[in-house]
Amino acid sequence: MSESNATDANAALAEAVRRRDLPAFLAQVPYARLLGLTGRWEGDEPLVCMPASERVIGNPVLPALHGGAIGGLLESAAFVRVIWMQGQPVVPKVINLTVEYLRPGQVVDTWARASITKEGRRVVNVQVRAFQSDEQKPIAIAHGHLLIDGPE
Amino acid sequence: MGCMSELCDDLKRLFNEMSPYLKLLGFELEELDPTYALARLSYSADLVGDPRTGVIHGGVVTTLLDTAGGAVVLAASGQLKLVATLDLRVDYLRPARKKRDIYGRVECYRLAREVAFVRGVAFEQDLEDPIASMAATYMTQNSSVTGTKEGAHV
Repeated sequence: MSESNATDANAALAEAVRRRDLPAFLAQVPYARLLGLTGRWEGDEPLVCMPASERVIGNPVLPALHGGAIGGLLESAAFVRVIWMQGQPVVPKVINLTVEYLRPGQVVDTWARASITKEGRRVVNVQVRAFQSDEQKPIAIAHGHLLIDGPE
Repeated sequence: MGCMSELCDDLKRLFNEMSPYLKLLGFELEELDPTYALARLSYSADLVGDPRTGVIHGGVVTTLLDTAGGAVVLAASGQLKLVATLDLRVDYLRPARKKRDIYGRVECYRLAREVAFVRGVAFEQDLEDPIASMAATYMTQNSSVTGTKEGAHV
């Protein structure tokens, strides 16, 4: 990535955060773009969506989504949540993430809702639930620690 | 051992050709036997998770390790059956270096009748200098044809 591209990306990220434009933000993240991630707001909560697509299928016989793509959605939803918590266009470092896979992922739109369990000065604990048609029946739940820049 | 290596070859083909998602990511299962799997993801700018730094997205590392883990569980169990990830923990030990292929090496260190325990690392060149470590459990399920009890999962 050239420096001018990085500067452009920085400006676009900052603008997307300021305007609370989730799709524009995710479009600046190459891997999120690869998964086709988009999103919408529910009040103050950002919901991230991985649209149904052949490209995220792991097992075409069943068919089922790939667990890695579900993991990518969960982790993206975690950092998006922390980015807007902070109001800074800086992708936080993920320290670790544990994913429990609860149900096979059908090839339909998948949503992820992240919540902050604890906000520390340097570390934020996040829980994320991925669901499809019924939010009460999540297909996967993740929890993890993200490292943030503390207040100046 | 002849049958076993045949199964491993079948599994390699299956993993390298079946999934649209794995093809999109450039996943390749390079080595597989009943004790370990080694898989590679070719670097691509499309895999970046932080546009400011160019560091690969964690979901990519998760994919590499989860998939290699599923492969080694099947190789260890000695037959083609259903395998489902129960849980997977990834610790990101350091950022991946830019523009490098990433390897995942995982081992199945305990295979019970229905549950398999796997651990592994992701690295660029040096197994002793990993990017990430993982621990995961998988559920294996015989097809009903074999007459074994149905698993609790899936």
